[in-house]
Amino acid sequence: MAYRLKINGKVRTVDAPGEMPLLWALRNDLGMVGTKFGCGAGMCGACTVHLDGAAVRACQTPIASIGKQAVTTIEGLGDTAVGARLQKAWLDKDVMQCGYCQAGQLMSASALLAKSPNPKPEEIDAAMAGNICRCACYTRIRVAIFEAAAAPAKETQRG
Amino acid sequence: MVDVALAETRLANARLDRRTLFKVSALAGGGMAFTAAIPLAAEPGSAAPKLLNAFVSIGADDRVTIVAKNPEVGQGIKTMLPMLIAEELDVAWDQVDIRQADANAKLYGTQVAGGSFATPTHWLPMRQTGAAARAMLVEAAAQLWSVPAASLKTSAGKVLDPASGRSISYGKLADRAATLPPPAPATLKLKDAKDFTIIGQFKGGVDSPRIVRGEPIFGIDTQLPGMVYAVYERAPVHGARLVSAKLDEVLKQPGVKQAFVLQGGDDPLALIDGVAILGTNWWLVNKAREKLQVQWDTGEWGNHASARYASEAVAMLDKGPAATPRNDGDVNAALAGAAKQVTADYSYPFIAHVPMEPQNCTALYTADGKLELWAPTQLPQPGMDSCAKTLGIPAANITLHITRMGGGFGRRLMNDFMVQAAAIAKRVPGTPVQLLWSREDDVRSDFFRPAGWHRLRAGLDADGKLIAYENHIATFSRKGKVAQSAGMNGGEFPAGLVPNFRVGQSMMETMVPTGPLRAPSSNALAYVNQCFLDEVAAAGGTDLATLMFRILGEPRQLPGAGGRAFHTGRARGVIEKVLAMSDYPKPSAPGRGKGLGFYFSHAGYFAEVVEASVSSDGEVTPHKVWVAGDVGSQIINPAGAINQVQGSVIDGIGQALALAITLDGGKINQSNFHEYPVPRMPVTPEILVEFVRTDYPPTGLGEPALPPVVPALINAVHAATGKRVRALPIDQAMLKRA
Repeated sequence: MAYRLKINGKVRTVDAPGEMPLLWALRNDLGMVGTKFGCGAGMCGACTVHLDGAAVRACQTPIASIGKQAVTTIEGLGDTAVGARLQKAWLDKDVMQCGYCQAGQLMSASALLAKSPNPKPEEIDAAMAGNICRCACYTRIRVAIFEAAAAPAKETQRG
Repeated sequence: MVDVALAETRLANARLDRRTLFKVSALAGGGMAFTAAIPLAAEPGSAAPKLLNAFVSIGADDRVTIVAKNPEVGQGIKTMLPMLIAEELDVAWDQVDIRQADANAKLYGTQVAGGSFATPTHWLPMRQTGAAARAMLVEAAAQLWSVPAASLKTSAGKVLDPASGRSISYGKLADRAATLPPPAPATLKLKDAKDFTIIGQFKGGVDSPRIVRGEPIFGIDTQLPGMVYAVYERAPVHGARLVSAKLDEVLKQPGVKQAFVLQGGDDPLALIDGVAILGTNWWLVNKAREKLQVQWDTGEWGNHASARYASEAVAMLDKGPAATPRNDGDVNAALAGAAKQVTADYSYPFIAHVPMEPQNCTALYTADGKLELWAPTQLPQPGMDSCAKTLGIPAANITLHITRMGGGFGRRLMNDFMVQAAAIAKRVPGTPVQLLWSREDDVRSDFFRPAGWHRLRAGLDADGKLIAYENHIATFSRKGKVAQSAGMNGGEFPAGLVPNFRVGQSMMETMVPTGPLRAPSSNALAYVNQCFLDEVAAAGGTDLATLMFRILGEPRQLPGAGGRAFHTGRARGVIEKVLAMSDYPKPSAPGRGKGLGFYFSHAGYFAEVVEASVSSDGEVTPHKVWVAGDVGSQIINPAGAINQVQGSVIDGIGQALALAITLDGGKINQSNFHEYPVPRMPVTPEILVEFVRTDYPPTGLGEPALPPVVPALINAVHAATGKRVRALPIDQAMLKRA
């Protein structure tokens, strides 16, 4: 069956069984490989995308369940102000080692900051606990999220 | 596999010498291409690199291109090696482009990500290569301006003439430089460390901008026209062979194009028996596995179980060592005469690597017998050889594109996934195939860090001096030989520092594949040795730091292998440093304890202190970690260096707290992250890192920071609770307070 999905602002059509997880429609049918496969069981967060701005695991999201909700993937992250700030903070702090999980980390972090612009440390840990970084770059992920959260305040001060 | 132990000596001393061949040529479109072919001192019988090449080119547009020859696995090598060349070439970092090399032994020598080799191997040769190219550009300017080369300077990609104030960019000199004879290596001068402008600076990963945008860069991101996806079902029991498979139902499943049996052998490094399913979408072909009916012959291996291994191991420890790889003095006599004797058993489980990117490889076999591979591999060349053998084609027919890897930790030194992809592709000539393992495949089909069981005995004299030390390991063999990365060598600490010292070894057979995991051997032996010595120190009425200083004695280099010989002064230096940083052993709050761990691993000296507390239900919380490391005179890229250390610390804490692979009925019990809980953000303590600079050539950081954190945490648990954890991972029930 053909499903029409709104992904990063564009309508895309996927012809696949409705129970197919969004992850595999993205990666194999649409050639959008930024969203990563890590566990296939919703346990590692590598495949995190947004549905109407909320972080979900694409490997646990059947395409039939998406309907009219807007899908945002890592390829579309930089289009939002929060996303662009996070990308910059990730590079400024040299967050990553292998980098494989970072698409998912960034998508979880941006969903957090969209909801809670100045998160407390415990809030960051709780929001990011579903994302495994096997290289364990957690120290820098925390710092980069703080930096991205603080960035708009800094910009206002300068202005 | 590259023999890490054999290779290390000569690599530590690698440098350009008179046999070095510089080659220079004009670049198409203007500019110069510069190559250094650097033969390494030959050591008979070694499988280690014999040649090390460097490639750098300077375009007419002033862009500098440096070839990154080694695979990037997250260790930061693709950024770090070009920094060495760029420093001595004296260009600005932002004019450098870095290109990942394909696998090509003739061009690049051995290409490997592992063993923390790259830093010591390349420290001098890469810098000398940059210096040689710089010398040619200076000479070109000298000729252009008719002034002596010695009167010119360079800075940020330009040659400067201080006398006249004129300057010219390298790009404008490159054509002329390409016509000059290369300099003799002996004439090259390297920069003084105080003049470094790139080395020692915080440089972000060169691929990171692409990664934060989600661009395709990893092996799994490979996409080719007409590509199909494949899974490979293999026996649940390691060592089992395929008897028969019914594929009719599988072939009827949506998206499935083909399914077939592959017959392999019993070597897990090569092709093992299995069933391949190919189709248009990976999720569909993976789902089709549910319809597979395969009959396996498990043979004797179906009886293997973790509990059986543990009881056999204890029986072997009771019986005494079957072999003694090292036996100094007379341990038994010294123990008999000791004022204090301490004995304890320590054990640790199999553990898995679980890099975040599941194993995958994309392969295209064409009817003319050629094979093209896109592979996330830490060690491409043995994988290509194995593919050639399995497919019956010449190795020269294989092209391998090295992709960035989503982690490795040693797992991708083994290329079984590459051979599987190649064998599947051979069945569908002309069609590119991407083989991808599920996470469950990855957890069950690892080359695990081997489990081990140790009996330790130590004796102190009346003065509290360590006079006897014995470490008997019960470990694994495969077909009668020590299994890969199992056992222990005779040189482990405190070898050479105790007059009566014995290493004993006994083995039992397994078919569970084993292999190197980040800081192989040390990741387990640091725990065994440093926790036991903490016990010995307590028995002698002192603490581990004091006992370590007594064991280390005067600063001196022990006899051993080249750059990896143990220096007691460097060990002492990092322990002193971490004590000063952490205020060990005094806890910062009631209920907490501080523990120390030291280890010398992969040429690096690390001492670490963990402060931890244990809740009434036995849950261990590491609060803070202090790390002092000595990897020589220079931290090349502090950005990568500190990240490696912090990641290693969390990795080790995760191993100690929760990680174990077990088997029953020959099958691995764990399948995914719910049963193999690697550390997550909330467990991450504050980690303070300081480097002790010493006058030794820099060495690698991928591994040595991991081993000491395990004993430091376990010793902290003892300091907080008075209980000794002698089996990993920590058993929470044992630490529960009634």
